[in-house]
Amino acid sequence: MSAQNSPAKSMRTPLARVRSLGASHSGTSDFWRQRLTAVAMTLLILPVIVIVLMLIGSNQAGAKLILGSLPIAIILLLFIVASAWHMKIGMQVVIEDYVHNEKLKLAGIMANNFFSFAVALASIYALLKLSSGV
Amino acid sequence: MVEFALPKNSRITGGKTWPKPASATETREFKVYRWNPDDGKNPSVDTYYVDIHDCGPMVLDALIWIKNHIDPTLTFRRSCREGVCGSCAMNIDGQNTLACTKSMHDVKDGAVKVNPLPHQPVVKDLVPDLANFYAQYASIEPWLKTTSPTPQKEWRQSHEDREKLDGLYECILCACCSTSCPSYWWNSERFLGPAALLQATRWVKDSRDEATGERLDNLEDPFRLYRCHTILNCAKACPKSLNPSEAIAELKLMMVERQI
Repeated sequence: MSAQNSPAKSMRTPLARVRSLGASHSGTSDFWRQRLTAVAMTLLILPVIVIVLMLIGSNQAGAKLILGSLPIAIILLLFIVASAWHMKIGMQVVIEDYVHNEKLKLAGIMANNFFSFAVALASIYALLKLSSGV
Repeated sequence: MVEFALPKNSRITGGKTWPKPASATETREFKVYRWNPDDGKNPSVDTYYVDIHDCGPMVLDALIWIKNHIDPTLTFRRSCREGVCGSCAMNIDGQNTLACTKSMHDVKDGAVKVNPLPHQPVVKDLVPDLANFYAQYASIEPWLKTTSPTPQKEWRQSHEDREKLDGLYECILCACCSTSCPSYWWNSERFLGPAALLQATRWVKDSRDEATGERLDNLEDPFRLYRCHTILNCAKACPKSLNPSEAIAELKLMMVERQI
């Protein structure tokens, strides 16, 4: 709660404090995407585990052979996108729940976005590199 | 950051143990939260012994007995004493509930611990400041909103549509649910809380209301609505056996429904 809006210091009415800046008319898309990515990961997790088990002990040539297959590469790409997106939304919820300092919250949400995109892109790059055998 | 420990001036220190009533043959121990805004001291927990043969079975009966026979300064809200008004909501034996419908005999072991509703500013003893809670209720505009000309008799509603309000209209706004919700503890300035959202659902689902979309617009916000993480403390605490969490899930479903 900002100092300006703190009940101890503010002379605003309780209703004015509750209405505050109004509804942002957002949140539903994140809510929907979190469920969408959860369902996607539930469907993808078994094939992903099988692919990882298949990769155990392979050298780069073996990995290229497995990951070079189009269905396998698509399953892994979908899993990377779904899990990174899910991670980003989940961590944002945690930050919004527990970090109340506005500047720290903005910085946290920004860092969370950077981290999630970086992890997703690095994973996709690694997968493409391995599957193409370069 | 969110605060996990009480501020220094809210920490409980000591407390007075009041003598057992001389004439009592059987007593029940009560440990009751005390705080007086006028004496500048920290809160304390006083111990009282209630003569259970001279007192009704409910925790509210015991509090009234304490006030009448031992300590007239003990302060709490009460009115209907039958679970209709919601005034005597407090935390009894670790659970938010109504003192008037909670039997002291349901608290099995040891003393009956009585505290004010959690995470609200305390006015005195067991009386919380619910100004924010009531303002949140007002913010959902809990009245019928229409633009069509008012009918000569009444706004008509089918039996089926009326049944959709069951499980919602019974809420007595005692605040047991909202003050048991961790999400509400951390973000009570921005999250409307289970009680206000259950009431919002009651008006969103009312077939006679013509402002459904406008009501949903007013709720669509990461904090106002989406702080609910389906923890379900609200449903566990509700002394009227309602399920605010289910009502909130219905709101979220409607939000998705109008987008896809």
